[in-house]
Amino acid sequence: MSPLSGVPAARPPRAHWPGFGVQRCPGHPKAASRRCPLRVAASMSPRATRRLLLVAGLVAALAVSPVSPIHVYTQREVYGTVGSRVTLSCSFWSSEWISEDISITWHFQAEGSRDSISIFHYAKGQPYIDDVGTFKERMEWAGNPRRRDGSIVIHSLEPSDNGTFTCDVKNPPDIVGKSSQVTLYVLEKVPPRYGVVLGSVIGGVLLLVAVLVALGYGTRYCWRRRQAVLQRRLSAMEKGKLQRSGKDGSKRSRQAPVLYAMLDHGRGTKKAKGGAGDSRKDRK
Amino acid sequence: MLLLLLGIIVLHVTVLVLLFVSTIVSQWLVNGERASDLWQNCSSGGDTIQCVASSSNEWLQSVQAMMILSVIFSVLSLFLFFCQLFTLTKGGRFYITGVFQILAGLCVMSGAAIFTVRHTDWHQASENTSYGFAYILAWLAFPLALASGIVYVILRKRE
Repeated sequence: MSPLSGVPAARPPRAHWPGFGVQRCPGHPKAASRRCPLRVAASMSPRATRRLLLVAGLVAALAVSPVSPIHVYTQREVYGTVGSRVTLSCSFWSSEWISEDISITWHFQAEGSRDSISIFHYAKGQPYIDDVGTFKERMEWAGNPRRRDGSIVIHSLEPSDNGTFTCDVKNPPDIVGKSSQVTLYVLEKVPPRYGVVLGSVIGGVLLLVAVLVALGYGTRYCWRRRQAVLQRRLSAMEKGKLQRSGKDGSKRSRQAPVLYAMLDHGRGTKKAKGGAGDSRKDRK
Repeated sequence: MLLLLLGIIVLHVTVLVLLFVSTIVSQWLVNGERASDLWQNCSSGGDTIQCVASSSNEWLQSVQAMMILSVIFSVLSLFLFFCQLFTLTKGGRFYITGVFQILAGLCVMSGAAIFTVRHTDWHQASENTSYGFAYILAWLAFPLALASGIVYVILRKRE
């Protein structure tokens, strides 16, 4: 039994509701059945009143809180070249389920003009494309309301397509919201995005330098190896002429000083590994 | 000779600092209170300074690329100098270090030259437009980098 109604509780609820006490009815002090007219509410303490008002306010706020508006998102600017195709994407977010009554509309306001004409409408699951205006046979519906996408594609761009396109979505009962605009710029030639030239110049030069350095080192390594092989063969031939016999170990151990001796007398090897014999080396 | 080594390193670090400052500081063209630079155009109206990004002209981007490349090459050259100092054989020359430093000098020169020729593309020239100090530092860094690179190529490693 709620203490808010006119009927008092069967038992005195003093233990459960410290703020609400059931008082004896002022007009019927000794009522047997303890039934009072609607005077119980007036006998509440101030703390109880405040609490009641708080609860009532919360309930009221929850009951009449507004549904969040529908949000529509498009790009800000879209660039396209004459003759190409461009996709005007429009996505939306709605707090309600996507119903069958959802409607998507696209308007177009040409640059320098003050009128905004409607060029596309989607309602009750059916797209309606402009077939008498400037976008006749050039527009295509590329959206999917179930996926919260309301995009359209325009083929064969013309310079007169410069202007502002507005995407408007209404998803009953969620109908309050701002529509979103995208400005289409039709250019003769699309300028490259910022950073393309920068990155390509840096990358190209670094690549070129890396390739040249690798080539240089590779060439030097191959040349040195060929030189070493040639000299080993030369010394082996000389060894073969001088001595017909000998084990591999003795050959190799005796080969080393011969190599150095040859390098000492030989010219043309500037950066030889054993070039310690050249004493005229000093820093300038 | 320690003194020579120190002098060469000081020269290289000077070139590096010049390249960094001229790439980063925003003072290539000065026009009264307005300065326009590789990266942003700043105008100081009284107490406040307002900066907007500079245009995305292809020539400006190539100047930016050249300046960045010169910094990269100079840093690489310093790193390679220390590598070669410890690994080069006696009597060897610091070819790689010198080549990279000369490349850095060439990059800075081409960047500054492109800027000089093409700066009217993205900046309306007025009467009292003059070149800022970052531009002058870039031109200063070019002969210093070239000299430093040539010194490396001529130098030979001693014990």
